[in-house]
Amino acid sequence: MPIGELLREKVLAVQEYSLLSWNALTNVFRKPFYWADLFTQADLIGFGSLPIVMLTGFFTGGVLALQSATTLAQFGAKSVTGELVSLSMIKELGPVLTSLMVSGRNASGMASELGSMQVTEQIDAMRALGTDPLKKLVTPRVLSTIVMLFFLTIISDALGTFGGGLISTTMLGLEGAQYYHMAYQYLRYPDILEGLIKPIFFGFIIATIGCYFGMSTRGGTQGVGRSTTQAVVVSSVLIIASDFVISRLMIGVFGR
Amino acid sequence: MAVRDETSADGSATAAVAEAEPAAVEFEHVSIGFDGKPVLNDISFSAQSGEMVILLGEAGTGKSVMLKLANALIAPDFGRIRIFGEDIGTMPEQQMFTFRDHIGMTFQESALFDSLSVRENVAFRMREQKVDDETIERRVREALRFVELEDAIDKFPAELSGGMRRRVAIARAIITRPKLLLYDSPTGGLDPITSTTIIELVMKQRDVYESTALLVTHRLQDAFMLATHRFNRSSNAMERIPGDGVDPNTVIMVLRNTGIAFSGSLLDLLRSDDPYITEYLAQ
Repeated sequence: MPIGELLREKVLAVQEYSLLSWNALTNVFRKPFYWADLFTQADLIGFGSLPIVMLTGFFTGGVLALQSATTLAQFGAKSVTGELVSLSMIKELGPVLTSLMVSGRNASGMASELGSMQVTEQIDAMRALGTDPLKKLVTPRVLSTIVMLFFLTIISDALGTFGGGLISTTMLGLEGAQYYHMAYQYLRYPDILEGLIKPIFFGFIIATIGCYFGMSTRGGTQGVGRSTTQAVVVSSVLIIASDFVISRLMIGVFGR
Repeated sequence: MAVRDETSADGSATAAVAEAEPAAVEFEHVSIGFDGKPVLNDISFSAQSGEMVILLGEAGTGKSVMLKLANALIAPDFGRIRIFGEDIGTMPEQQMFTFRDHIGMTFQESALFDSLSVRENVAFRMREQKVDDETIERRVREALRFVELEDAIDKFPAELSGGMRRRVAIARAIITRPKLLLYDSPTGGLDPITSTTIIELVMKQRDVYESTALLVTHRLQDAFMLATHRFNRSSNAMERIPGDGVDPNTVIMVLRNTGIAFSGSLLDLLRSDDPYITEYLAQ
């Protein structure tokens, strides 16, 4: 494919993605609103992702405590393990890992579901029946992903800190009170704010990318497979890239 | 053609002025292409209210594209499309969703929502219109009775045969009694007996509700049957029009090489001396 054609295609894709994202957001203020679809998606995305998010959070906190305590012990600072685990979990690992897990599970799910509907003309049928697919299919997915990822991240943060505490007390010989004291003492509101702002952006990325690749699927079942893979890859890369940008902004604003 | 009386300003003279009723479907110099290849080029035609236009032609001649254009599911590159006098090209998408209340459409592969039951598929449009449950249930059963599938109301699309799915798609399209129906290959891939059942339903809709329709088909026999038969309400079956007659409201259009190769009645088609049409009919 000539470079000019390739560039044109990429610019067109960005334009279509921006339009879909804009419409998905502005539809929140336009009737009709599909409450039932919103709750169904919230259940699928939120409750459905709970086991993997809990396990990921718990074991990440645990391994973080394990690895950091070994290094910190060399400097006689093993006691600050709690601080390191809680700050890492709340500011970075909780939001990013939860988002990556939800992205793997839900961005792919959205792309394959909407992609199958697209190739079997169900999306066209919906439009022909007088229903806006963006309102009925995309907006509920975007809203429920943003809201549920916010709460999933909180659960992941809590379980990660708890996992770190469990490993620290049972395997590293730290006192529970000392661990939790350190975990709490050095935590500041900007840290919590950063950890809670990130999932809002990440949720938006997961849902809009998943829906965009689903809605733009072409080429039968092979196309559905391609869209599913692309949705996971693109959303994961965007999560990590936007994590860097948000972190830098927060450091710029709050100085930590 | 509606006729109305018009009185002059001084009241001295009354004249009968013919007021043209807008065509149900009107294509004006419509062109569209995909990936740089033209599919339809400078297409102009109109279908009057109550008419059925049967679109014939080889695969890839743009028959399904014409139906999607008529429902504004895709936009033409050039030209104007009017449905019941409204220019749908200038209509905002949100307004078009409401305008589609007047249009029913069936798709090539039925396009039923596979996660919804037959009941919910057929009821879809009425649920969106916030109609009460009792009315929805009554109308769903009516529509399913029309396509003789009331027993399948609780089934899911995956449990239905190809012919049953097409019938459910027809029920879904007609439940709100739209003025215009767009059938995309309703008999495609079906056995001859099931195809005849589907054509009978299309005919029943045409003759009982007198709705305007565009129908795409690959099968010449579908076009012949629709043009030479009518639906008898008392016997609830189709019958041949007496005296080898043809339905006056059924128009046949043959597409070829991005254009219209033929447009007219079945009798005109049979009389045509165009070499392509003669060869097409002989196949």
